Amino acid sequence: MAGHLTVRDVHVVYKLPGRRQLAAVDGVSFDLAPGEVLGLVGESGCGKSTLARTICGLEPLAAGTVEFDGQPVVALGLRKRPGHLLRIQMVFQNPYSSLNPRRRVGDQIEDALAIAPPSERSSVDRLLDDVELDRGAANLFPHQFSGGQRQRIAIARAMGARPDVLVGDEPIASLDASLQAKVATLMRDVALKNGASLLFISHDLSVVRVVADRVAVMQAGRIVETGPVAAVWNAPTDPYTRRLLAAIPTADGLGRLPAA
Amino acid sequence: MAEYSADTQPREVPPVAPDARGLRLRGLTLELGAKGAAKQILRGIDLDIPAGSITGLAGESGSGKTMTGLAICGLQPAGSRLGGTISYTGPRGSAPNLLALKPRAMNALRGREVAMIFQDPTASLHPMMTIEGQLTDGMRHHLKVSRTEARSRALALLERVKVPEPATALKKYPHQFSGGQLQRISIAIALSSEPSVLIADEPTTALDVTVQAGILRLLRELCDSLDLAVLLVTHDLGVMSALADTVTVMRYGEVVEHGTRYQVIREPRSEYTRALIDALPHPPAEEGSTPAPGALPPTPTRTDLR
Repeated sequence: MAGHLTVRDVHVVYKLPGRRQLAAVDGVSFDLAPGEVLGLVGESGCGKSTLARTICGLEPLAAGTVEFDGQPVVALGLRKRPGHLLRIQMVFQNPYSSLNPRRRVGDQIEDALAIAPPSERSSVDRLLDDVELDRGAANLFPHQFSGGQRQRIAIARAMGARPDVLVGDEPIASLDASLQAKVATLMRDVALKNGASLLFISHDLSVVRVVADRVAVMQAGRIVETGPVAAVWNAPTDPYTRRLLAAIPTADGLGRLPAA
Repeated sequence: MAEYSADTQPREVPPVAPDARGLRLRGLTLELGAKGAAKQILRGIDLDIPAGSITGLAGESGSGKTMTGLAICGLQPAGSRLGGTISYTGPRGSAPNLLALKPRAMNALRGREVAMIFQDPTASLHPMMTIEGQLTDGMRHHLKVSRTEARSRALALLERVKVPEPATALKKYPHQFSGGQLQRISIAIALSSEPSVLIADEPTTALDVTVQAGILRLLRELCDSLDLAVLLVTHDLGVMSALADTVTVMRYGEVVEHGTRYQVIREPRSEYTRALIDALPHPPAEEGSTPAPGALPPTPTRTDLR
């Protein structure tokens, strides 16, 4: 199966006012194997969204390499995305702004189908089935849907391009709590069913725990711990991971205030 | 750790005396839209929000929990019709029914006795006004204090909510702070006129877990030390379990369950509450990976709070 993503010692630097620089991503390496679900967790400002954007070619690299099936992923600038990189697709945080408000849902999914190789092309109906939406949704506009439904549409659109790697950058952060776990699980299922691997980025550790096979914990631009989900949860080795896990309030009804 | 044992958790909500300090909602209804085609947003809410206690309001979006908080502050959408009563008993006076108050009286009460904090502090603070301006505005209006007095109170408040370097912070603008610091600042603003009731609508939903933990501790400490009546609106049952003393679960504008946090979260009586708890992300049951409640690192007790 194709679609191996290799990230090696990646640095991304932002310029700040004056001569100062911010190393948003500061030497990150990891592999995403075909069919694998990797959860990337960390708090705001840790560089996880920058990393996601880098993988999709939306941020220039200061150093290091991102390779997709042996070919380098480079920053796009104003150029059209090269064909092989269309096999990396992204689902953004806010489905209110990532869908075009003036085009019908079906047309937007069609756009994605058009870039899939003809032999593997799915259909709008099948994609809507996959994300558990009514087929009639194709004729409607984004504003006629709730946030959770819109995110399903965004997932359907991303999957329409037949990606080998699906990147979700906080795809559930703007959804209702009762929906978050549901949409996250759906994303995992849809990706795996279609043979894609999933990089699931979230600040919500409890959701990552359910969705991911492996988890990487990011802090201040670096990955401080990585391993199988159960191992990291039950025996975190890094102090930051431990602090992060301890801060999650448990719904045990005991009035236990999490450690600050 | 004895404090966190299940055996010591109250199972019954202590009775609230009719003249106890706090808010008392009885048969609160809210109707939106034209008569005839009206939509019932709230269908008769009974709720006590006593002083010195955190009353949790849970439910999915659309259940009416936010609308309940807004109605208490008189901030319900224009054109809506309210019914029932909200009575208020405070240290400086009481009102038998907030809904019957004239606008002038309500204005004097809102912000003064009943303060509110919201989910997104970046949206609820004024982007072009300094922190000092926003902190002292309400104080000067409600408490009629001098500019110098207001400034020194503002400093004390920022210290109280643990914003670093309060003197510098006063001169800054909202965009210069992180989300967690901004939420601390909006709590300071809410407390600036020394209210007795605090409505907190999803106060930590926009924050990271470690930042959230700090805000939860701050809210608990403020409630205990200032004898605040806190209404905590949140969909996060983890937050609810950490902070609320009693929990009321709403659905379709009705109360489906009301009890102590332990009873509602651990021994829910209604099907709906059970479903809500089951919808939480649960770890896959495999290789005995589910940690026992005690497996997480120990949490300091309430007396450890600084």
